[in-house]
Amino acid sequence: MISHSKAAKIFLQDEPRTDWHDQALWFVRQKRDGAVKQLPEWEKLRETASQIKEATLSNLGSYLEQFEKQAIKNGVQVHWAVDASEFNRCVLEIIQKHKATKVVKSKSMLTEECHLNPYLENAGIEVVDTDLGERIIQFRNEPPSHIVLPAIHLKKEEVGELFHEKLGTNKGASDPAYLTQAARGHLRKKFLQADVALTGVNFAVAETGALVVCTNEGNADMGVNAAKVQIHCMGIEKVIPRTKDLGVFTRMLARSATGQAVTTYTSHYLKPEKGKEMHVIIVDNGRSEILAKPYYRNSLKCIRCGACMNTCPVYRRSGGHSYGYTIPGPIGSILSPNNNLKKYGNLAFASTLCGSCSNVCPVKINIHEQLYNWRQQVAADNLLSPIKSISMKMAAKVLANSRLYQLFGKMARVAVRISPRLLLYNKLNTWGEGRELPIPPNYSFNEWYRINRKQ
Amino acid sequence: MITFKGRIGLFIPCYIDQFYPQVGIATLELLEKLGLDVAYPFRQTCCGQPMANSGCEEDARKVYQKFVANFSSFDYVVSPSGSCVYHVRKHYNILEQTEDVKKVRQNTFELCEFLLDVLNVDDLGIHFPHKVGIHQSCHGLRGLKLGTGSELVFEKQSKVHKLLSKAKGLEIINLDREDECCGFGGTFSVFQPDISVKMGKDRIADHQKNGAEYITATDTSCLMHLEGIIRRNNKPLKTIHIAEILNTWKP
Repeated sequence: MISHSKAAKIFLQDEPRTDWHDQALWFVRQKRDGAVKQLPEWEKLRETASQIKEATLSNLGSYLEQFEKQAIKNGVQVHWAVDASEFNRCVLEIIQKHKATKVVKSKSMLTEECHLNPYLENAGIEVVDTDLGERIIQFRNEPPSHIVLPAIHLKKEEVGELFHEKLGTNKGASDPAYLTQAARGHLRKKFLQADVALTGVNFAVAETGALVVCTNEGNADMGVNAAKVQIHCMGIEKVIPRTKDLGVFTRMLARSATGQAVTTYTSHYLKPEKGKEMHVIIVDNGRSEILAKPYYRNSLKCIRCGACMNTCPVYRRSGGHSYGYTIPGPIGSILSPNNNLKKYGNLAFASTLCGSCSNVCPVKINIHEQLYNWRQQVAADNLLSPIKSISMKMAAKVLANSRLYQLFGKMARVAVRISPRLLLYNKLNTWGEGRELPIPPNYSFNEWYRINRKQ
Repeated sequence: MITFKGRIGLFIPCYIDQFYPQVGIATLELLEKLGLDVAYPFRQTCCGQPMANSGCEEDARKVYQKFVANFSSFDYVVSPSGSCVYHVRKHYNILEQTEDVKKVRQNTFELCEFLLDVLNVDDLGIHFPHKVGIHQSCHGLRGLKLGTGSELVFEKQSKVHKLLSKAKGLEIINLDREDECCGFGGTFSVFQPDISVKMGKDRIADHQKNGAEYITATDTSCLMHLEGIIRRNNKPLKTIHIAEILNTWKP
């Protein structure tokens, strides 16, 4: 896997495309701003949401058990999976029990995280992602670049080209309405043929056992209502205590995600229809380990709205794929190091620590502070690059000593002043790749003060 | 007239000391013109942020201790850098919280907030007949809360705007993106240079498009980065620290 820095460099080579990507996501951020500013109580809502999640995480085990009890009472079959492979196996077993071969799936980042699609496909199962953006990237055989807008990295012309190849739309056609109609026709057939419908879960209500799924395309409902078997996949952190808590989150989710007041469909699944089966799989896959880390546990509050991606100036200019993890952007950069610090620790540095992510987060996750902390962890585990590690140790030595500091400062100023440009702007000077160095003054402030203010 | 009593330690961050002494001088002169008792401890170096933001907080510990030793005898510490002030307040939590450490963390102020919140000075009566774009440096804005971040639904306030809005002849231009990061980010600027420069270019384009002659900020670090890009690309813009604008004041 290449580092975020290198992947970003490649992304940035096409500057007009970078600008387009930046502006597309900034537009979503602005829509979000417009929507949240309609609610004078927005900051109170954020605080409330954060506290509900805090309370839930503090008693997560008992809320999950309460949820399980209620769901079973409702006639739902409840499964638990400790990790991705157990989860994948569980899904396959349910499918195979029904001798099913065709599965439709609405959006679920959890199934992406567990790489369910390739697992099922290897077992001879056809899995069709029914969210339009998800279907696009499934056709392209690539991961989502954003958790809410999975195909945001693609232009409509590219989608037109893809649909021409996969769905037989007119060559050169890129009208979104036309392409959407084509996808709709294609997906309609898949819905009708499917034996099993899979969905993600936005919220699981402990007191009732209800599962709440938010979509804009109604694809979760199409799948669930048409198929004989419905399987809902949720991470352990999706549970909320009461129905009355739900309104806090549904008011925030769509506003934060896309600037809509509410998602077009907010579907509540309580019990199976007569003659049908309803399953829920509750997945840990590393979450309880995060829960055990006091500094990082509140990353589990995340409701997957994607607002931190839309606001992140680094994400907008490097694209979701540059992060190399299922969940990109700021929230992904604090979740992924839990999974593998050696592999994903570099993502903690894919940020200027500007703090916009923490401000925009509807559940008030202190994302940029966690990034800072992960950086400390990377260094503590000796995972910094040798050049960074050594240069920081040297800098600390110099800066802890007034005379050394003044000496090095002076040397740096003289070096910048007298060095020929070619020598100064060498390959190692990454500052100078796109920027001029400061013009060195003849005296430091310290020197000036000694001369001009000496008492 | 200001009735403030107390000794002020002037904290001039390392890169200002070495590369932008004029910003330090402007800050000192301004505080002196206000009749304050200001001293500059010679042995100061840096707040330790460059190491800490790179993950090497433990290496920075000695630098932190040095900072505290240099400034603990003062009633207030004032600095023309929101980012460094934020670092002292926020991240000196890893030190043992002695009386000295607590005092320094509580009493270290960024220049604008010191003027407004401690001295209650909001109108110096300065004259600066230029179109100025305000770059809201992130650590000052979101860390020290010098203003209301555009993400938040609170009543808007901005200390920098407040201080400049009464200046005669000064026109604050409106930006398309009022508080997007410039991309400096400390060592981010050298370890992720491509995105860093792209972010800076985009900020400069916003200021230029909206007619700024000057870009000002509470942080010379952001301005150093922006100035480097401006000079590389020969853009018709100048950078100026807010202390330099405020120091045009003639009492």
